[in-house]
Amino acid sequence: MLSKIAVPLAAMLVFLVLWEAIVWINDWPNYIMASPSDLPAAYSKFWNLFLIMGWQTLWRTVLGLILAIVFGVVLGMVMGFSRTMRDALYPLLVGFNAIPKATIVPIVALLFVGAHDFNTVLIAFMISFFPIAVSVSIGLSTLEPEYRDILRSLGASQSTIFWKIALPKTLPEFFGALKVAVTLAFIGTNLMEIVSPHGRGLGALFDSGKTNSDYPLMFAVLIALALLGIVLYYIVVWLERVFAGWAERQPT
Amino acid sequence: MSDALIEIKSVRHAYQTASGPLPVLDGLEVSVPEGGFVAVVGPSGCGKSTLTRLIAGLMKPDEGEVWLHGERVKGPRSTVGMAFQNPVLLEWRSILKNVMLPLEIVKTPMTAAQQEARARELLALVGLEGFEDKRPSELSGGMRQRASLCRSLVHKPEVLILDEPFGALDAFTREDLWQTMLKVKEEEPFTGVLITHDLRESIFLADQVIVLSGRPARTQYVMDIPTNRTRTLDDLYTPEAAERLNILRHQIEIAQGRAPANGEAA
Repeated sequence: MLSKIAVPLAAMLVFLVLWEAIVWINDWPNYIMASPSDLPAAYSKFWNLFLIMGWQTLWRTVLGLILAIVFGVVLGMVMGFSRTMRDALYPLLVGFNAIPKATIVPIVALLFVGAHDFNTVLIAFMISFFPIAVSVSIGLSTLEPEYRDILRSLGASQSTIFWKIALPKTLPEFFGALKVAVTLAFIGTNLMEIVSPHGRGLGALFDSGKTNSDYPLMFAVLIALALLGIVLYYIVVWLERVFAGWAERQPT
Repeated sequence: MSDALIEIKSVRHAYQTASGPLPVLDGLEVSVPEGGFVAVVGPSGCGKSTLTRLIAGLMKPDEGEVWLHGERVKGPRSTVGMAFQNPVLLEWRSILKNVMLPLEIVKTPMTAAQQEARARELLALVGLEGFEDKRPSELSGGMRQRASLCRSLVHKPEVLILDEPFGALDAFTREDLWQTMLKVKEEEPFTGVLITHDLRESIFLADQVIVLSGRPARTQYVMDIPTNRTRTLDDLYTPEAAERLNILRHQIEIAQGRAPANGEAA
């Protein structure tokens, strides 16, 4: 148990030491690359902003992610149960996913100008629903026919089969996709926060660091984003253990 | 044969494929009396699994009729139990909850306590006492198949359909399960259809063996196995058993098109 916390903490410490060392050996000034020792000053100076902006980034990311889960699961169900819909929607989806979301950001920002919250949530949603939809559709469409037959031969309805077998059986794939989606949603949120003028959230704080040539602040924002990402990721891991822990094999 | 529980009358069926209709069943006649246990053998891909799906009401034949207990089969009915080669247990449920699954679908007069008692009783019958709370992944292949068998019987079906249930097991485990099967049949009488590739299995378990011809399948040969005494594995090593196996093997060769239909047994 101790090693479960101690090992990752030690790894982080090693990472910080290496980072500090690289900056120190190359004798980089902090406008080329800030070092970990510059960060405490940046955090204490803008502590209040970090809390406000961090919260903004967090709730928009989580909201976008929740929308992505709802939409992705429904879309995945439609594609998983209907061959025709799968054939129809797959190329469209893949094409949409291939478009770099950085190019969508200015379009959305112009389309709904001034609606910061809406825009940010929208991009977080758009960037993260794809893996969820794909995983759910694959999970459902690869359900062995015998599983269906066991219940169908007893006269069970399609919805009973979905709730009793298809949904739980798809959960491990769903959580795998959700882990990817969590980090993607952060990227979406920050793209919009950085690009849109007078933005909010940690992205805007990063942007103001850039404008004011406050390089330690920019790096401090990156680390804050990483920390938020880690926290959300492990929340998903915890949920996975609660709802799909059966899929994890006990080490023997 | 009006007293038959399962009756399949001149059934024809074809699957629609990209290269046109593929006939799988052509004039199939099967009749199983109440309490009977019929084994269906035949070459690979001859439509044996289609037969199980027809009896279970999971699909309708293009032509012909399937009757269960004097009623024409038009769709799935809760009086059928199924077990496959793949035990398809739900990994997120305990063995006990897996066995109880059909009772969540089928209307039953049993109370919750009676349902659980019934499931535990069946598990004990197949030798899985003490494994009720284990997950399927903690069990061996043979044990999983035993649990699957319990699940197919828990709602007291009239008809048990077994689609190569022992096909993926090693020879010793398989023989163990054959004996379990006979024990179960004694304690929990059912009318059964067993699809198998194993001729020894067919003559050991069934009281009638039906050989299907190659695709499209029709009933090619029917062999009755006398059932007037307790069967043991030693029965498989008697001259009578050897003769039966010989005849069946020859029939399979005919079905595969490797021996002339009117030829003498080798």
